[in-house]
Amino acid sequence: MASEDTSETTLLKTPLNGLHREAGARMVDFAGWDMPVSYAGILEEHRVVRSEVGLFDVSHMGEFVVRGPQAAEFLDHLVTNKVGGCPPGKAVYSPMCDEKGGVVDDLIAYRRVDGSFLVVVNASNREKDFRWMSSRVGLFEVELTDESEKWGLLAVQGPNAKSYLTDLGMVGLSSLKRFHLVELDWNGLSLLVSRTGYTGEDGFEIFVAAEHAVELAKALSAGEKLPWIGLGARDSLRLEAGLPLYGHEMSETISPVQAGFGWAVKTDKASFVGRDALRLEKEMGPEKKVRFFLVEDKRIAREGMPILAGDREIGVVLSGSKSPVLEQPIGSALVDATFFEDEAVVESRGKQLPIRFAKAPLHR
Amino acid sequence: MSNIPKELKYTKEHEWVRIEDGFAVVGITDHAQEALGDITFVELPEEGAEYEAGDSFGVVESVKAASDIYLPLKGTVDAVNSDLEDAPETVNTDPYGDGWLVKVRIEDDSEVANLLDAEAYSALCESE
Repeated sequence: MASEDTSETTLLKTPLNGLHREAGARMVDFAGWDMPVSYAGILEEHRVVRSEVGLFDVSHMGEFVVRGPQAAEFLDHLVTNKVGGCPPGKAVYSPMCDEKGGVVDDLIAYRRVDGSFLVVVNASNREKDFRWMSSRVGLFEVELTDESEKWGLLAVQGPNAKSYLTDLGMVGLSSLKRFHLVELDWNGLSLLVSRTGYTGEDGFEIFVAAEHAVELAKALSAGEKLPWIGLGARDSLRLEAGLPLYGHEMSETISPVQAGFGWAVKTDKASFVGRDALRLEKEMGPEKKVRFFLVEDKRIAREGMPILAGDREIGVVLSGSKSPVLEQPIGSALVDATFFEDEAVVESRGKQLPIRFAKAPLHR
Repeated sequence: MSNIPKELKYTKEHEWVRIEDGFAVVGITDHAQEALGDITFVELPEEGAEYEAGDSFGVVESVKAASDIYLPLKGTVDAVNSDLEDAPETVNTDPYGDGWLVKVRIEDDSEVANLLDAEAYSALCESE
């Protein structure tokens, strides 16, 4: 048994840190943040989100604001998907790449009523992203600010998310489409509510001023049953749903085309960072592909373990967890594009675990 | 604060040991199961397997990680908790009871003196 480093001297805290501790969360260092990994247990929390509804604190995510007459042009220069033409009230998911087509980060750009963009980036990449984006402002008429500390962010996810929030008096959610955003007042709180999430379920992400985050969390918890869900279940939910996690299924060495997000790389756009490399990769076809798999064994295949077909190493494990829905270990892998079969083995600590590649979402 | 029963012996690697009539029943502590989180798989040895003190005799896997488990005493495996095959989460819910891992016939009684008592183990957990 390895012991853990419990030093927490310099860890960042979300506005809801005290609530998590009161709720009995197990806290861990996640990208420099003191975050809840689980409350009732990862597997149970996962099942609740698949069958009912749960509440996540994702206030550690980074929020940048891009304002100015060329806000859309600036973002279109930086990201691979098309942001220009995105009307107020809509959101766009996109990778942001370097010149070689490697991924700097993946993000969601929400267009607000005033025409500005709220750009949500991964907590682990926030500083890198801000430097990357700032250094490319150049002649664009934009103002880029890091507002991460000003925002709290809560996610309400699960098949009952809409009815739960509607019962609490949040109006207009039925007509809010996926990847759309509404600015509303609720219980005296100014909220930005978007129909987005990272679980593969229906759900909403709710932005609120950091100083009102505790008030919002308490107001949301006023309904019958809204259990807290930690980062552990967030990871198993997104993996089961086949959603990429930066640093695993998408990274500086795994391009969006390899990750299966070629649809979010609009090579017909005028120009953007990484366009030439990504266009070539799209035309030639990627050498490697991200694929998802089920393990026909009780052991979890862990990140970095090699994948074999016969004597040939055809890939490597990127993420591994257990699906509480399938009651089976699941994972993702970077696999040679020339390997078309569905069956292979993972070499795990001297044992060979049979795996079967499958289309995500794995749980449906 | 995790539960550390007074009557058990412990190891620095967070296993507990119950000594009874020349046998040692071994499991992982409450502190260990809490640190691991949801346990998804337990790999245990065959009955009759022989181990030296300090040998790894199995693996406990959680969603987060796989951890080797070590036998603190030289001995021969007398029984394994085969119920864990289908219900590994028992290690989380009842680490000192139904979540036991193996029962070993002790070869050398003097090795028992090397184990930690509850007080020493409690101090170890606090220092981490």
